[in-house]
Amino acid sequence: MESVFGLVGDGFAVVAADTSATSSILVHKSNEDKIMKLDSHKLLGASGEPGDRVQFTEYIQKNVHLYQFRNGIPLTTAAAANFTRGELATALRKNPYNVNLLMAGFDKDTGPSLYFIDYLATLHKVEKGAFGYGSFFCLSLMDRYYHSAMTLPEAIQLVDKCIMEIRSRLVVAPPNFLIKIVDKDGAREYAWRESIKEPELPALA
Amino acid sequence: MSIFEYNGSAVVAMVGKNCFAIASDRRLGVNLQTIATDFQRIFKIHDKLYIGLSGLATDVQTLHQRLVFRHKLYHLREERDMKPETFASLVSAMLYEKRFGPYFCMPVIAGLGDNDVPFICTMDAIGAKELAKDFVVSGTASESLYGACESMFKPDMEPEELFETISQALLASVDRDCLSGWGGYVVLVTPTEVQERTLKGRMD
Repeated sequence: MESVFGLVGDGFAVVAADTSATSSILVHKSNEDKIMKLDSHKLLGASGEPGDRVQFTEYIQKNVHLYQFRNGIPLTTAAAANFTRGELATALRKNPYNVNLLMAGFDKDTGPSLYFIDYLATLHKVEKGAFGYGSFFCLSLMDRYYHSAMTLPEAIQLVDKCIMEIRSRLVVAPPNFLIKIVDKDGAREYAWRESIKEPELPALA
Repeated sequence: MSIFEYNGSAVVAMVGKNCFAIASDRRLGVNLQTIATDFQRIFKIHDKLYIGLSGLATDVQTLHQRLVFRHKLYHLREERDMKPETFASLVSAMLYEKRFGPYFCMPVIAGLGDNDVPFICTMDAIGAKELAKDFVVSGTASESLYGACESMFKPDMEPEELFETISQALLASVDRDCLSGWGGYVVLVTPTEVQERTLKGRMD
């Protein structure tokens, strides 16, 4: 079962997601990137129906780019989150997307922020959020150990605690996780947490 | 579980002497899990008109956006704010428009009308208006709220006493409902001022 979680620290926001792409009992791959970079300073971690996840997040990414091309300036994180909620809400009673999202961003004037958007288009600005069965463990851990203005090492330590908890307590626990962060220098991959490494296969002759 | 109980909510409005108070809980949940403890359910339409929306959180947000839009348009055209009675009819009409695919929201509307006479009403998800002279309730804790308000309410309360009464009624009721609570938020409106306060309640 897919897990996505994230939190806001001092001048940065971090989003972590598992990296397994599954279909019932089969694992297609365990290095799937579920945290999309919307623009230089925004991340969108998504979990849910695989087709919807990719299609919807790409749609949001392209529209965020379009705004920047048309207007010459990028969207704020709040604006991007509200736009995303609007798209989900419009589609909800027509052809709903079954995707849960955590949007993390950094704005020069307001700093880092994290937005929880569930598949029904419920939008809420949060300091910490999580989706999936993993959320039952992550949210409690974050309630206990989170405090405002955490430093990056403290935040990564908390993220690792959450990953260890999911690995040990969730029955069909995803083996690998990807952590991405966004701060004033932009959105980037921070680390992988792999317990099963995909083998590097030699090229076929 | 019903779709109205998916996120959990409690909203109540009470009439006092030339004033009204509207209060809600602050929990945003997903079934049994609590996601946030600062979710806003009471929205200002204009200085003397507030609407509290209980039910499915996504529809709360969609309806709020649509209603603010409609009121802004009304204000541009009519060059004045909407009366609470008019606004209630607008909400009722908007909800009934979606009769066969409704918004899963039960609004509570509270405002000061002409001559600052307090007005409150509630409606079901398809717009059946229910006017009241004393109090109106809505949400997963509505049954508890009815009981608490009926016993605590007195007519013509002054603002301070009204605030105390509505707060106690809200906190007592949400403590008996697992899906709502995690604090309270009260708006007290008199002809001259608006007081917004957060209540500290049982966080469970």
